[in-house]
Amino acid sequence: MALDTSSAPAAAPSKLVKAATSETRIARLTLIAVALGFVALFLLLPLATVFIEAFRKGPVEFATALRDPETFSAIRLTLIVAVIAVPLNLVFGVAAAWAIAKFEFKGKAFLTTLIDLPFSVSPVISGLVFVLLFGANSALGPFLQKYGIHILFAVPGLVLATVFVTFPFVARELIPLMQEQGTSDEEAALSLGATGWQTFWHVTLPNIKWGLLYGVLLCNARAMGEFGAVSVVSGHIRGQTNTMPLQVEILYNEYNFVAAFAVAAVLALLALVTLVLKTALELRYSDEIAASRRH
Amino acid sequence: MEVRVQNIRKEFGRFPALDDVSLDIRSGELIALLGPSGSGKTTLLRLIAGLESPTEGTVFFGAEDASRKSVQQRNIGFVFQHYALFRHMTVLDNVSFGLKVRPSSRRPPAAEIRRRALDLIELVQLSGLEKRYPAQLSGGQRQRVALARAMAVEPNVLLLDEPFGALDAQVRKELRKWLREIHDRTGHTTVFVTHDQEEALELADRVVVMSKGAIEQVGTPDDIYDHPVSPFVYGFIGESNCLNVTLSSGEIWFEDRPIGLRAANEPDGAATLYFRPHDIELIDGCGGCLAGLVTASRRVAGTRHLELDLGKTHPSVEIELPPERASSTDHTRVAFRPTKFKLFRKDGDVAAIPRPVASPAAELARTGT
Repeated sequence: MALDTSSAPAAAPSKLVKAATSETRIARLTLIAVALGFVALFLLLPLATVFIEAFRKGPVEFATALRDPETFSAIRLTLIVAVIAVPLNLVFGVAAAWAIAKFEFKGKAFLTTLIDLPFSVSPVISGLVFVLLFGANSALGPFLQKYGIHILFAVPGLVLATVFVTFPFVARELIPLMQEQGTSDEEAALSLGATGWQTFWHVTLPNIKWGLLYGVLLCNARAMGEFGAVSVVSGHIRGQTNTMPLQVEILYNEYNFVAAFAVAAVLALLALVTLVLKTALELRYSDEIAASRRH
Repeated sequence: MEVRVQNIRKEFGRFPALDDVSLDIRSGELIALLGPSGSGKTTLLRLIAGLESPTEGTVFFGAEDASRKSVQQRNIGFVFQHYALFRHMTVLDNVSFGLKVRPSSRRPPAAEIRRRALDLIELVQLSGLEKRYPAQLSGGQRQRVALARAMAVEPNVLLLDEPFGALDAQVRKELRKWLREIHDRTGHTTVFVTHDQEEALELADRVVVMSKGAIEQVGTPDDIYDHPVSPFVYGFIGESNCLNVTLSSGEIWFEDRPIGLRAANEPDGAATLYFRPHDIELIDGCGGCLAGLVTASRRVAGTRHLELDLGKTHPSVEIELPPERASSTDHTRVAFRPTKFKLFRKDGDVAAIPRPVASPAAELARTGT
């Protein structure tokens, strides 16, 4: 606004004057070209390759590859793991972010650091932790064996490893957001007579819903795509404990390229759907998102 | 509703934010908590609201002990410094929130909620804006939505934390007048926190001056300005000068001479003399006066402010004169005498309240240490 009023009277003569912050035409074009080139080379090209390889022998072959019962079971398992892991991390993430952003307590800094742990350790180690915890030679091993509880090389192990690896996504997204928003909205709701639950439902949740959505989408993408940790706890039992990324590896190692890329294509498609969904929501609610950032 | 705060103590960690504070707020009164930052005024407000719980002490709403009640049960209206409007709700939804969240047994029907919210929106002069979101309103409008939202629950007491702090000077003045009108019309017992003495003195029925977690003085704006009971209040409210003086057999001495002011019935010894820049008279030919060299002269609206140097070991003194008087004086040296003043002994006790103020014994002062 300030710019409008100041430049209005001098509009005609100032046409030739360049804004101080704008670059020359060449610099601008170069920067854009570099950015686009990089995206094309490192993102679009590999993505396109996945789809081209998947359809190399035609759509019939592609469909056949997906109809394989082992592949089908891998897709199903991946979805099951994501459906369990993502809601768990949704709840954990909101709880952790709430605790860190809105309360003062001892060990808060430690907790904040701990949340990042899954990001900072190798996924292989994340998987190994569970093997050491629940494996046959572990302290818990005999107990689990006695009661016939299967954690490793079964769905519970896959879920545990996935939850561990994807834990930071929701919390990381929410902590800075909730810290910035502070507690006065909640206090206002309480002072107006709202219960804790009403306050969370009508005030806190609407304030964080976009951050929460991004966190969940990222969490979901990672939950479906996780390889390292899952690979350690899975045991690679074909048709039973192989998730999609593991199935891709197995098929590839067997030189079954079309099938490998077909599964990879489905995995990539799931990721793309996630991205498109996020963008669509952003476009649809852009006003509201902008409004929710600041008063 | 009448609110009584009794011997409240509040500690954050080991730091006492409030130390043994008691205050009676009368029903229907508009009262200001005034003090510099860190004086505990916001903490006191939040304790009354129930947003903080006291380390010791009690808060009464009427005859009822409110200390054990949660913020929800106290039924207060709180206006936050930055309004804390729900940004995803329209003005109408914000104002009706307090009624909508009531349990169904106490909740009015939807049509009634809407009617009451619209009435309040009209009261705060925002009719036509009920479908707007907070982001689409100006600061002053948001502030009024916050007030309407707080009043919607028919609160026992209305509490406002720095209500005009985030507004620019012009809007602030308008809203101040307007808040006074709203208060006179609705009659809510209202407590507001401010660090702006002008705001407190202009708006409030009574002003509570706070410093370092304690109440320094409670009184009407006139009381506070004309009869400050401690050096802190004297220094904090309005302009003031202070000088180190000595008392000797009822006379006030500055350095080695009497200045023509009497403090009868006061024991001899050191004291501090306080007076306002405008409470002085010029004297021709100094036979018992304060005199100093003019070091600066400024014209401020209808008066001229002169800064005087009374000697190296003393802080400079400021006096205010009508411009025509100021120009008629000899500009290098001015002799004057305070017409109203107050003495405080070194330990902070009131030493004397001389003419024209009567009955010094009636006023008790707290220490300003």
